[in-house]
Amino acid sequence: MNATPVRPGAEAVAGKGWLAAHKWLILRRSSQIGILLLFLVGPWFGIWIVKGNLNFSYTLNFLPLADPYVIVQSLAARQVPEKLALTGAAFVVLFYLLVGGRSYCSWVCPVNLMTDLAYWLRVRLGLKGSAHISRPTRYWMLGMTLVVAAITGSIAWEMVNPVSMLHRGLIFGLGLAWAVLLAVFLFDLFVMRHGWCGHLCPVGAFYSLIGKFSLARITLPARAACNDCMDCFAVCPEPQVIRPALKAIDGTAPLILEANCTNCGRCIDVCSKDVFAFGSRFNTTVAPVTGVPHPAPK
Amino acid sequence: MNTENKPSAAARRQFLADTARMACGVGLLGLGVGLYAKHAKALPPAALRPPGALPETEFSAACIRCGLCVRDCPFNILHLSKPEEPLSTGTPYFVARQLPCEMCEDIPCVKACPTGALDHSLKDINKSKMGLAVLVDHETCLNFLGLRCDICYRICPVIDKAITLVPLSNPRTGRHTLFIPTVHSEQCTGCGKCEKACPTEVASIKVFPLYMAKGQLSSHYRLGWVEKEKAGGSLVAPDVEHRYNMPEGMKYESGKGLSSGAPADAAPGSAPGSASGLPKAMQGSKL
Repeated sequence: MNATPVRPGAEAVAGKGWLAAHKWLILRRSSQIGILLLFLVGPWFGIWIVKGNLNFSYTLNFLPLADPYVIVQSLAARQVPEKLALTGAAFVVLFYLLVGGRSYCSWVCPVNLMTDLAYWLRVRLGLKGSAHISRPTRYWMLGMTLVVAAITGSIAWEMVNPVSMLHRGLIFGLGLAWAVLLAVFLFDLFVMRHGWCGHLCPVGAFYSLIGKFSLARITLPARAACNDCMDCFAVCPEPQVIRPALKAIDGTAPLILEANCTNCGRCIDVCSKDVFAFGSRFNTTVAPVTGVPHPAPK
Repeated sequence: MNTENKPSAAARRQFLADTARMACGVGLLGLGVGLYAKHAKALPPAALRPPGALPETEFSAACIRCGLCVRDCPFNILHLSKPEEPLSTGTPYFVARQLPCEMCEDIPCVKACPTGALDHSLKDINKSKMGLAVLVDHETCLNFLGLRCDICYRICPVIDKAITLVPLSNPRTGRHTLFIPTVHSEQCTGCGKCEKACPTEVASIKVFPLYMAKGQLSSHYRLGWVEKEKAGGSLVAPDVEHRYNMPEGMKYESGKGLSSGAPADAAPGSAPGSASGLPKAMQGSKL
């Protein structure tokens, strides 16, 4: 149905203007790069706003923030971290309970910049075909990292985790980590569409567990206006999360409650009908679909 | 089997096959990660952990690789290990020969640690055990060669306690003294200053992780002289005088040897005093 070579979002650009059709993308890139820069101005220019890396950081010698996933691995390896790390992890869990678990992936994680580039290039080069690994594999990966931590008694996944390897590498020196990251990039580019972030990464899987209960959600206040252009599906890194809410399957409220929605907001950008908006998980009172009911897609 | 169930049976088979594939793939990856982690659990000899680091087995579970110790080290001696280095990726270490620990009194690296991988109960840097100095090469150590280098002894922050100079006679000259640098493990902090300062081309004194450097006596060993001191006297009952069964007219005296019962005259040709204790064959002017 979408055989025209028009790029996703073209209709939105024509309707809303380029800036409005890229608003959330620009904000998101600014957030990703901005957070990275906050960590980097210390070692680069001696301006110490944030010390450490995404595993644990100390902001202005005041705010501790710890990656709860690393803390959980440490606990699995039978070490109870001290209060500062536990406090930091609690802050982070609370924060993502507010803004959406996998917002970490789309607004903070530096690997996302890389894998998004791989996806963009994949589309640009017209690379079709993709290896099949089911999306729940990431939960097996998550379980595996915890089992390995328990068996080896060490935070084993941190030795190979591309996410912390990239972030730590940029701040403290990459070494051969670039080879691991290149492997992830090439995997996403040639082997599998949204391969790493969408199917395998246990960090994302962990944050999606927080995302099950989080407050900020993509809502679809105007889902009746959907003209089936499929642009949102084309840009969404987790397109399976859209369908139930957009098509009101089984009476689903106009609200994406799926844990793996990354709250990237790209669907809001590319929709020329302004179907999507940011809201909260309690925005269920929007009027039900009033237009012609859509037949459930096969 | 009715026809309605057939697709679901096929779907179930597909599901089971997919799940098995996924589980095996992830399991294989897990095996790789686990083996890699096991390999990286022993600290390589050249790498030392910051002060207060938990024993290596616990450290790799407690350190969350944040690098705050690296940041708060005022002398920038600490690094986070890179993936290609033979320690757990992202954990802090220093190399004594490059830059040794400066032994800050307030121990900022330990204070910075958010998890306790660097033990916060360490308050006195002189009590830290980053490693243990070992005088590894007796052939190149200048003091062993009879010179008065003494650099390791003098640079040691715990001077005259962690390293002392033990005088021994110099067998080469027969009249000089060797001052042997001797490391005492209770006092040595493993800061690595001696290794850094050692003037030989390759350091003759090196600091190794404790597990490599420290020996241990078997638990059943008792040092006689220590036990004697503890007990305030000999723990062994005095010897019963030994009785010898000798041919008639002969007697054996400890220290003097065998002699005939009658007081022996000095044998002709034997030097005075030479008879005592020596076997007969070795007595006489031939010596």
